[in-house]
Amino acid sequence: MVLIFADQTDGQIKKQAFEAISYGAKIAGQTGTTAEVLVLGTVENAASTLPALGKYGASRVHYADNPAFNGFDAQVYAAAIADAATAAGADVIVFSNTTSGKAIAPRLSARLKAGLVAGAVALPDTSAGFVVKKSVFSGKAFANVAINTPVKVISLNPNAFGIQTSETTAEVVSINLTPSAGKIKVTSVNKVTGTVPLSEAELVVSGGRGLKGPENWHLVEDLAKEIGAATACSRAVADAHWRPHHEHVGQTGGAIAPNLYFAIGISGAIQHLAGVNRSKTIVVINKDPEAPFFKAADYGIVGDAFEVMPKIVEAVKKMKAVG
Amino acid sequence: MKILVCISKTPDTTAKIAFTDNNTKFADGGVQFIVNPYDEWYALVRALELKEAGLATTVTLVNVGGADNDPIIRKALAIGGDDAVRINLESGDSFTIASQIAAVAKDGGYDLVLTGKETIDYNGSSIGGMVAELLDAPYVSLATKLDAAAGNLTATREIEGGEEVAELSLPAVISCQKGMAEQRIPNMKGIMGARTKPLAVKEPVATDALTSIVSFELPPAKAGVKLVSADTPEELVRLLREEAKVF
Repeated sequence: MVLIFADQTDGQIKKQAFEAISYGAKIAGQTGTTAEVLVLGTVENAASTLPALGKYGASRVHYADNPAFNGFDAQVYAAAIADAATAAGADVIVFSNTTSGKAIAPRLSARLKAGLVAGAVALPDTSAGFVVKKSVFSGKAFANVAINTPVKVISLNPNAFGIQTSETTAEVVSINLTPSAGKIKVTSVNKVTGTVPLSEAELVVSGGRGLKGPENWHLVEDLAKEIGAATACSRAVADAHWRPHHEHVGQTGGAIAPNLYFAIGISGAIQHLAGVNRSKTIVVINKDPEAPFFKAADYGIVGDAFEVMPKIVEAVKKMKAVG
Repeated sequence: MKILVCISKTPDTTAKIAFTDNNTKFADGGVQFIVNPYDEWYALVRALELKEAGLATTVTLVNVGGADNDPIIRKALAIGGDDAVRINLESGDSFTIASQIAAVAKDGGYDLVLTGKETIDYNGSSIGGMVAELLDAPYVSLATKLDAAAGNLTATREIEGGEEVAELSLPAVISCQKGMAEQRIPNMKGIMGARTKPLAVKEPVATDALTSIVSFELPPAKAGVKLVSADTPEELVRLLREEAKVF
């Protein structure tokens, strides 16, 4: 059985969990077994939300509705997931490689002595053993990793597989898991509100030093607003405090894999590419035809962003008006 | 509070990525190796800051690798740290390496284990969590801030679209990233001093690897950029909609 951990915060199941369920369901199909979901903590509107997880391929949802799981502690979570997985007889356990997946999956792997592939980008190859492809060298290569233990743990890179849906509902089973005594107390959670979190954004518009100063960021923001994208920036921009640090993507900032990465005035140093090279489509606007970013891009315009960007925003507006 | 900082050796961020031996081995010829930036810039420097603030008694570096890792360990010692331990094991999967570090942490009675958020070569982000589980200790991953006071820690970690602050007791394991500290450049005194700092070599504890690398591959070459004239940016919008189908 394939068990997928569906992460929730504030009672909401994260979007990345839907993708993890789709992925787990596909593995279950491959190996002729069922895909079941585990939810820890209290979910809002559970009576409708949980059966709806069947849409992504889950046949059953194990729901441990215990307030002790509402604050995040990787140690408590890993112990509970291990108990649930063992009780349900799971032989593959799937996470999304989000901030919480990165905290829990390694603990679970060590606890169960179950091999872990963190950062998976494809379905396992089960033709000889159980081999999972993962991203390595900061997106510059892949490794095919064999998991050599009876129980396998996979942490799927967000946006590597996609969400797949069908018209089914899942059976919900309430389960009792005894939370272990936690050694962490969460004292506050601060979320940036009103904008799409960068890590969850499907479309990202990003600016670099070529924009000359924070006063010109409307060139990034106008397009982002028009297409419903999150905004990002290069390291130089964050270091100069033109933009907040949480917008910095690259080797030392965040790594993202949106469907569209639209880079304006970013030269594309190798360290920047390391954070964005898993994006599905890369667009580069730069006035320097020699900018290295063009080599990694799918589409590009060699031109002055100050002239090109307003025209692009106009074209998007027109396109939307036509529908 | 005794701190143990995990130091990994990785290829330089600008190294060319290629493979040999039928794509089973990283081609390290001519490649410059460095201390994994997350280990060096954030985990090590924050450990040193805690010691300088009188909150830690000692800072020990730990590395798992062969004798050819010694120059990297000395490089880290030039930035700071009292001493280092190298576990003499050429390679292993994340669990094997975590088992070695957990054994050192247990034997040495360390209160706090710091790692970088991931290595820039394997990108597993797994060692910290595995060490924490093996030590039965609390773990905060992807931490951007860490403060210590009287046997307790306050750590801020990244979450999707924000951050979370938590208090935890020692012993503990923290994985560190940007925000935690500022990179330090070793000075001449540090480099000279690093030569004589104790570097103990220990034999590995027996563990079984849980995973193994079958092969590496490079991503398929990009088809090449499709350039649109700066005079017709609306053509780019059309391509993104009709060809790339991104909106």
